[in-house]
This record gives sequence, C-alpha cells and structure tokens, in this order.
Amino acid sequence: MSLPIRYPRSPMAWAAAAMLASLVVLALAGPLLWGAAADRPDPTAVLQGPSAAHPFGTDSLGRDVLDRVLTATRPSLLLALAAVLLGATGGILLGASTAVVGRRTRRLLAGLINLLLAFPALLVAMFLAVVFGAGAGGAMLALAVSSVPGFARLAQTLAAAVAGTDHLASARVLGLRRHRLLWRHVLPNIAEPLLLSTTTAAGTALVALAGLSFLGLGVQPPGYDWGQLLNQGLDRIYAEPLPALAPGLAVLYAAVAFQLLGEVLAGGVARRSPAPRTPAAPASTSGPAAAGLVLQVEDLTVELPTPDGVIRPVRGVSLSLRPGEIVGLVGESGSGKSLTALAVADLLPDRARISRRTHRLLGADLAAMTPKERERHLATGLAMIFQNPASALNPSLRIATQLTETVRTHRGASRAQALAEASDALRRVALPPAVLRARPHQLSGGQRQRVMIAAGLMVRPRLIIADEPTTALDVTVQRQITRLLSEIRRDTSAAVLFISHDVALVGEFCDRVLVMYAGTIVESLPADRLPTGTRHPYTRALVASVPDLTADRDRPLPTVEGALPEPLAPAPGCPFEPRCPRRRDHCAEEAPPLEDLDAVHRVACWYPVAAEVFAS
Amino acid sequence: MSLPHLLRNPWTAFLGRRTARLLLSLGVVLTASFAMIRLVPGDPVRAALGVDAAPALVAARRHQLGLDAPFLSQYRDYLSGLAHGDLGTSLVTGTPVAELVRTRLPATLEIAGLAFLVTLAVALPCGLLAAVRTRDGRHPRSELAFTALTAGLAGVPDFVLAAGLTAFLAVGLQLFPVAGSAGVESFVLPVLALSLAPTAVLVRIVRVEALKVLSEDYLRTARSKRLSPARRYLLHAAPNMATAALTVAGSLLPALIAGTVLVEKVFAWPGIGSALAQSVVTQDYPVVQAMVLILGTTVLLAGLLVDVLLALLDPRSAIRES
Amino acid sequence: MTALRLTDLTVRHHGPRGPVAAVDGVSLEIPPGTTLGLVGESGSGKSSLARAIVGLTPVHGGRVLLDGREVRARTVGDRRRLGRLVQIVLQDPDTALDPRMTVRQTLVEAATVFHRLDRPARAERVGDLLELVGLNPRFADRLPRQLSGGQRQRVAVARALAVEPGLLIADEITSALDVSVQASVLNTIRDLQQRLGLSMLFIGHNLPAVCYVSDAVAVMRHGRIVETAPTEALLRDPRHPYTRTLLASVPSLRTSLPGERPS
Repeated sequence: MSLPIRYPRSPMAWAAAAMLASLVVLALAGPLLWGAAADRPDPTAVLQGPSAAHPFGTDSLGRDVLDRVLTATRPSLLLALAAVLLGATGGILLGASTAVVGRRTRRLLAGLINLLLAFPALLVAMFLAVVFGAGAGGAMLALAVSSVPGFARLAQTLAAAVAGTDHLASARVLGLRRHRLLWRHVLPNIAEPLLLSTTTAAGTALVALAGLSFLGLGVQPPGYDWGQLLNQGLDRIYAEPLPALAPGLAVLYAAVAFQLLGEVLAGGVARRSPAPRTPAAPASTSGPAAAGLVLQVEDLTVELPTPDGVIRPVRGVSLSLRPGEIVGLVGESGSGKSLTALAVADLLPDRARISRRTHRLLGADLAAMTPKERERHLATGLAMIFQNPASALNPSLRIATQLTETVRTHRGASRAQALAEASDALRRVALPPAVLRARPHQLSGGQRQRVMIAAGLMVRPRLIIADEPTTALDVTVQRQITRLLSEIRRDTSAAVLFISHDVALVGEFCDRVLVMYAGTIVESLPADRLPTGTRHPYTRALVASVPDLTADRDRPLPTVEGALPEPLAPAPGCPFEPRCPRRRDHCAEEAPPLEDLDAVHRVACWYPVAAEVFAS
Repeated sequence: MSLPHLLRNPWTAFLGRRTARLLLSLGVVLTASFAMIRLVPGDPVRAALGVDAAPALVAARRHQLGLDAPFLSQYRDYLSGLAHGDLGTSLVTGTPVAELVRTRLPATLEIAGLAFLVTLAVALPCGLLAAVRTRDGRHPRSELAFTALTAGLAGVPDFVLAAGLTAFLAVGLQLFPVAGSAGVESFVLPVLALSLAPTAVLVRIVRVEALKVLSEDYLRTARSKRLSPARRYLLHAAPNMATAALTVAGSLLPALIAGTVLVEKVFAWPGIGSALAQSVVTQDYPVVQAMVLILGTTVLLAGLLVDVLLALLDPRSAIRES
Repeated sequence: MTALRLTDLTVRHHGPRGPVAAVDGVSLEIPPGTTLGLVGESGSGKSSLARAIVGLTPVHGGRVLLDGREVRARTVGDRRRLGRLVQIVLQDPDTALDPRMTVRQTLVEAATVFHRLDRPARAERVGDLLELVGLNPRFADRLPRQLSGGQRQRVAVARALAVEPGLLIADEITSALDVSVQASVLNTIRDLQQRLGLSMLFIGHNLPAVCYVSDAVAVMRHGRIVETAPTEALLRDPRHPYTRTLLASVPSLRTSLPGERPS
C-alpha cells in the first residue's frame, strides 16, 4: 500500500520527519547515554536552577532534570504507542465489522459505540486507571480501552461508505462469507485514513498518558516519564520555571511532532505550485459587432490547470444567438459543453484561464467594460439555469429571498415591488404565489426547476443559458420544462442556449444544434436535419446510437468505438480521427475548420458524409 | 393534539429518543461509579487511612461506607443515597462529598463554559475567513501557514500550556494571578489553556465545512446572480455550514470538560477537577467516585443541551437523525 | 435458465414520517429464458424491487419464487443458495468494482465462490468471461481506475455471470453512461441473451433502452406495476394512461411532435 504522500518535499514534511527521527533516536539512545546520570542523586546540588553543569537545573534529590527528561523519552513513547496500537486494533475491528454483520447486530454495535462515545476518552481513561490501579501498565491499558470507541466510530463511518458501494453489494450477492468481505473488501479500502488517524492518535495518547502520570495515575516512582516529572516539578513553577517546565516542553515537542506527521501524511499541506495565474486578459476590445445578435462569442478557449498539467477543454469555440432562437449545444461527457456555457456567463472557476476574440452580450463588448459594469450587464442581460435544481437552490433561504435578491441588488427595486414581480414570475412558470414562503425542500424536483427559471425571469433576460436543466428530472417532468422554455421564448423573445447530452431531446426542441466533440464544435445545423441530414461522421454516429422506440430489436445498435482523445496530449489533427470510420491520412495532420456547407449548415470535417446517404 | 398525533410528531420522537439515550448513559455512569470503589485493587479504606490504621477504625469506616453489606443491597443503598443527595463521605476529611460538590461545581462550569464560548467565538469567524481566502486553491502560502499553525496548536496539551502560561505570564511578567479564583483576571489563563487546542481543531473543521459549502451548486447560483461577496458568504454560505460546524463544536465539549481536571490542578482552581486530582493522590475513593459521577453527568447533560440547541437551530437535521 | 415469480411482494423503507411502501404488493413473472423490462421514474420502487429479490433489502410481505421454489436471504447459507441462481449488476460504474482489485482478481473471486478452480482453469475462465462481455483479455490486469465507465460495467456483468446464474438483474446499468457507450452495452446484453439463454430483469428509466432489450415490459409507478405487456403490444397499444404519458414524453428524432417547435 502506498501512502498518500503526494509532496514529500514540503518544509513541513521535513520538519515532521526530523522531529520524529529525533524522538526515535532519543528513545533508543536516551536511557543508555543519560540513564545512569539521571538516577544519580547529588545532595550538594538540590533544587538548583539552570547552570552550566545542569542546563535545566536539578530536582529535590539533586538529579539532573535534563538527563531525566531525555531518559524519559523511551517510556513515554513506548507506553503511548502500545496504548494506541491496542486501542486502534480493537476499535477498528469493532467499527469495521459493522459493515458486514446483519442488521440487528449492526444496530446493537452502533448503539454501543454511541453510548461509549458520550464520555470523553480522558475521563474514561482516568476512571479505568483508578480501577486498574495506578501504574504504567494500568494507565496504558486504560488509555487503550478509552480510545476504542473513537477508533470504532471512525472505522464505522468509513466502513459504512464502503458498505454503500455497488461492489460490496455485488460481493454480498455473490455469497462471499463475512470474514472475506471484511478482510478483502472493507479493511483494505479504509486502511489509509485509519492509518492517518492512528498517527495523530499516537500524539493524543502520548499527551493523555502524560496527563495520567501528571495526576499520579500513571508511571509510579522510582520509575518516571514526562508526565510524572512535570508533576514532581509543578510546585517549583513559581520559583524556578525552567526545571518545572522542561518535561512539559518534551511532551509539547512530541505531541506537535505527531500532529505534523499526521498532517503531512494526509497530504493536507501539499506544497502546490502556485496555479499559473495570468492577469485577466488585457482588455483588448472585441471584434466588430454583428447586428441583431444577443450573444456573439468568437474563438473561445478555456484552459484549466490540473495536477498533471494544463488541459484545454474548450478550443476555439464560436457561437452566436439571435433573439428568440433556441440553440442546442449537444455533446457527451468531456466534450466541454458545460465549460463553454460557464465561460459565456463569466462563471468559470478562478483557476481557469479564458481567452476569446469576441465576447459580446446584447451587442456590448464585455472585454471593454470595467469589472463592475460587466457584472451588472451580465446580471441583467442573461440568466443561468443549472442542472440539478435540488442543489442549485439554497436550502436555508426562502424562495422569496432567492427570487427577489437579483432585482433588489441590481435594479434597486423595493421589497414590495420585488415581491410583486416575484409573484408574477411564479405565475409565469405556473406556480402559486404561496411558493414564495416555501423553502426548497418543500418542493418537488420539477417545481424547484420552475423556481430556478422564475428566478432567471426576474431580471427579464435577453439570453437564458440552461445547462442540462432536465437531466436530473424524470422524463414526464422534462417535457413540462422544455415546453415552459418554449413558451417563455415565444412570449419574451429571449434567446435560449440549451445544453444537453440528449441529442434526441435537443433535436426535438431546438431550432439549431451545435454538436461538440473534445472541446470543439464539429457541426452546426438546423435541428430538423439531425435525423437524416447530418454530415459529420461523429454526429451521424451519435444520432444512430440513440435507441428509438421503433428500433429494430434484432439488429445491433450502431456504436462509436474507441475513446475520447487524451486531454493532456491533444494530437494535431482532427480530434475524432482515431475513432472515425472515414479517416484518411490528412485527418491526422491537420484539424479541419468549421466551414459553411450552405447558409445554415457548417461542418468541421475534411470528408463530410454525403447528405443523402443515411448510414444504418 | 391527540396522543397518536403527538407520537408521530418528529419533535416528540426526537426528544423521546434523546432522553432514552441520556437515561441509558446515566445508568452507565451510575453503575461505573458505584462499581469503581469495589473494583480498585486492595482495600480502599486501608489505602486511605494508611497501613498502620487501627483495625477497629478500618472496620468502622468499612461499615460506614457499606462495604460489608451484600453487593446488590450496596447498589440499592448507593442509588437511594444519591436520590437523597448523599454522595458519601470523604475518607480523609470526613466531610460530606455533596458539600464539596456544591462549593466546587460552579467554578468548573464557569471555566468550561467560558472556554467553550471563546472557542466558538474565535473558530467560527476565523474558519470562514480562512475558507474564503483559500477557496479554489487560492493563496497556497496562506493555506500552508494556516494548516501548519493549526496542526501545531491542536497538538498543544492543555496542562502543559497551563504550566507554561503560569510560568511566563503569571510568575514571569506577573500579568495574571498564579493560582486560585479571585476576580475576572484569574479566569484568563485557565480559559486560554482550555480553549486553545479545541479552537485550533474547530477552526480547521469550520474551514473544511465552509469550503464544502462554497463549492455547492447554490453558491454558483448566487455567483450567477452577481451578488456581493458579503451577501454570498454571510447569507448564502454561513447558515448552511452552521449545523455541521456546531455539531463538531458540540462534540468537543465533553473533552473540554474532562480537560478541566488537569488544568485546574495546575492553576489550583477551586473546582471539581482539582478536587478529583487531589483525591486521586490521597486515594480518597468516595471523593473520586463522586467526582467521576458528577463530571460524567455534567458531560452527558452538556451533550443533551448541545443536541437540543442544534435541533432548534436546524430542525430538519434533527428529524433526519431520529 | 431460471423462472422468477413474485407474488404480492412488499418492501418498506423508513421515511421521515414512518414506514413508506417502496414496493407495494407487486406480482410479476419472468418465464425462463426471457427478459422482462421494468421501467419507472425515480422513486417508483424499481431498485427496491431488484434489491429485495437478491436479499439486499428485507422483504416485508409476499413471496419470491425461483423455479417455483420460495427463496429467502436470512442466513449466509440462504444467501449463497440464492446467489447461485440470481445475480445483480448495479447502476454506478464508479463504485461497481473494488478499486484495489484487478479485473482478474475480481473475476477469479466470483468464479471461485462455488467452484474450485486450479490456476490454468482460472486464467481460462477469466479470458472466457471477458470475451463474453466483449472486452479484450488484456484488460484482465487493469485496475478499475484504468477502465472507462462502460468497460467497468462490462466487468461488473462478467463478474455476475461468473457464477453462471439462471437469472440476471440489471439495475439501471446504462444510466450513468453516455449514449454511444450505452449502445454498446445494450448490444452486449442482447448478445448475452442469445448466447446464454439467460432470464433477465432489465430495469431502467430510459424507455427506448429498456424496450430494445426486453421481450416484455412492466411499467412501475409509486411502488405498483400499472401495466405489463409484451414489448410490441405495449408500444403499439398502451392501456394505462400513465404508460401513454411516458411514451408521449420520450423525445425522439424520428417523430417530431406538433406544436413543440414553432417555426
């Protein structure tokens, strides 16, 4: 098993490793080097402060405090590690077994873990240490037992996540026996996080053990560990702070070492190369405005830094929408269609880099605006509708707030006026005004998506970008939503950019369709040409692979063999070339541009399929 | 409301389940504290009175503690004693333990409560700020510093910190009283010692929770509406992370209460914890027993309080739980 | 080849306000060697039905009969007897396979649950299973993360087939896949039906995909079966209004609905 140390060279990793190594060395060598001196009383040098001979002073018998602290490393570490290993083993087995036992046993175990977790580990450890009798062994056992519930809960949570996976369900149905499920399928998949928390728990155990000894419940004289040394020196803290604090500093050092180690193992402090962040593209003004366009985007490219390098999921996309037009942007996962939509709405994550030659909304050049103007223009000019209405609405705010906040922010509408408009918007999407008082969880999926549309309508947008608005909805509700968007388009003559993976839906409901593949638009055509008039081999294959209610069940469905090109290493030629049945040498050398076939049909292919041949 | 209706009410169900859990846990505490004095190795009476105590005195004390009665009747007597407010008698001083609890419990509740409030007051805003600053991979240096600092601080043991604070701020600079409870300024060091590590733990969790919320779809919706950052973070993000953050905060409270034992010992704070620490040393088991019982009960009641408050704050999640 | 018969099957879940019947007295039958499609929208109870048959969800009422014999899944022994007859493939390609096991390990584990196999026999079996689901044998030593979603679902199908069940339940196995990948998985399913003569319960919300692989289709809504008919009959002459609504809602490239596209 490989540990998730992704960036082992960060300064923190070095610090943690060095601290841990020093502890190990001290634990091994300490008693050999200083053990004798630590036990040698010196009646002439009792309770001294720091001096050259005794850097941390001496104790009440004249023994050197520094020697004693260094020697105590071994018992302090060993006892803590033993306690953690015992506690972790017990707790993990108890917790992980909840994933493979029957329902009743699982409830019982979960109840037991809950019950035990109600008590803080330190209190349980103190109680048990008293019961077991003061001493190193008793304290260690007490600590081990007291850490069982915590480990059990963690293992239970992690194992529950594994238990919910399809592969564990399949393994059960296969009839695998419980011990095999546990050892083969559950434990290996939760080992890494458990190992991490065991590391951190070692630090906690060390502190707790010191605490028990500090209370007089742990190591007993003449033996000593850090906690006991701290206890012995505490009374002197008012007179000589340093000898009193020295063992405390040792505990602190070890505790921080384990904490940092856990942190480094978790990769939480991974030193990231600062994301290459170019300043916002210099406001080079857009190309000339074409008359009568709601949206005009030319040569849009999006770059995203990933851990393995920069990828370009959108490459040179151009699109334009006229008022009252519904344009479908269709593509499979990884085609870049959603990023294109986000880029158009200027909503890409910060780390994404975007470049485009032209970006005009309602004829106004977004590149030439100040950020504030741009925000305002986008807020009032376009509305976004997202895929999952269950998560796109804020669960803790009333619908009224979520509907009215845009006009109140950007138009300075009064509360009463905004609420009146919100009622109108709800009526427009066939919802009663009572919905204003509701919270999202009280609505059905279809109602939520209507609310999202109503929120978009509040600003009276000229452009509505709908990113897979029906994918999360049932097919009967999907039909209602597309019908609603059609009506809105008819009544307000807003343009709609409809993004979807469903070529059948797009073909049925849009005027014009843009087909995306691997970050580029490969074909742009009127929607009614989709069934038989497609010219790009990819579009044709995509359309053919959709099963139809009338499909001949005795013939196999046409498929597209192969996979999307590797995003990190795009080849120079046509992105579809490796999967294309019609490819020729030229296709691998140069990517075809999107060129006009006729006034309404454009295709990016060197050898387009003939229009009249219907491949099937 | 009719009875069946009442039973189906999610609130009734929640409170019912929660009370049942509390009673079960209380039963565990009672039994454990009762069993403790019978389980300790050796003779607790002789341990407290010393090896050369007169046998007659030992027998008298054993009788007084009821240790010579049959086991079950001991348990019954213990419970009925508790019901009458009788927590036993100290073996060392001979005073009733109930008196000790009455005088000392408030001091412990004060520092534990204050430390908890300080933890919340610091961790919630700092965590949100840290999340906003480091969201989406921004400011990697700040993130590194934040993670390293909080990891380090989370590892600082409260009693070591307490000793350090005493040495430097109380003895060295003489800014605060070294020990005991006298006036407002005597609270500063114990509360600081108790709250530092929980704050560091909580601030990390709050940041993670806040980052989770900041990457939610509804924050993208808020961004698409071009709302101001203040509105996005305070109105759209903060309420949605409150439940998760406060749930974790609540789970820190028991450990914080248990931590008072060690910290009170350092500051000689006149609370339950220092009484427990001292009675452990003198092997005064009736006192240890009562203090464990009181601390355990306090922890359980604090847990109940937190759960009820959370349920009031976010009824939906409470109902989901039950 | 196994015949499945459900009589009055009921499955309840705990809702926020008491138990909810996810499956409400469902009776249906799959004759040996045929495929029954089960369509329904989200929350209609079709997955609960599937999981109840294989014992992943407790049954609260009614009976599950395989080849005329009632089966239950109380003990591990029951479950193993059941597992020889029925296997299931689930929806999510991301968690369908144990991320730490290679394809070979996954398939060998499944193939050796009921049979002892020596080393050469194992290798041969793995090759056969991969060939059966249309995967290249060189995939055997890959980990799930090195496979695409469609390939993972094929391996999951191969794992289910490794115990040679008489009935295969496919629960939304193509829902998370792209259409072009879905098409090739559907082709594989058709191929398996013809080659192995399996009985199959094919569950989905995509009506055309379900119809493509099914001999008969059952329509489920709110935990009940509202209509069952041979596929052709259902498409030609749907009886229940809900079935008609479903059919009318399916977007299609071949038939454009009037009024939907104003010109």
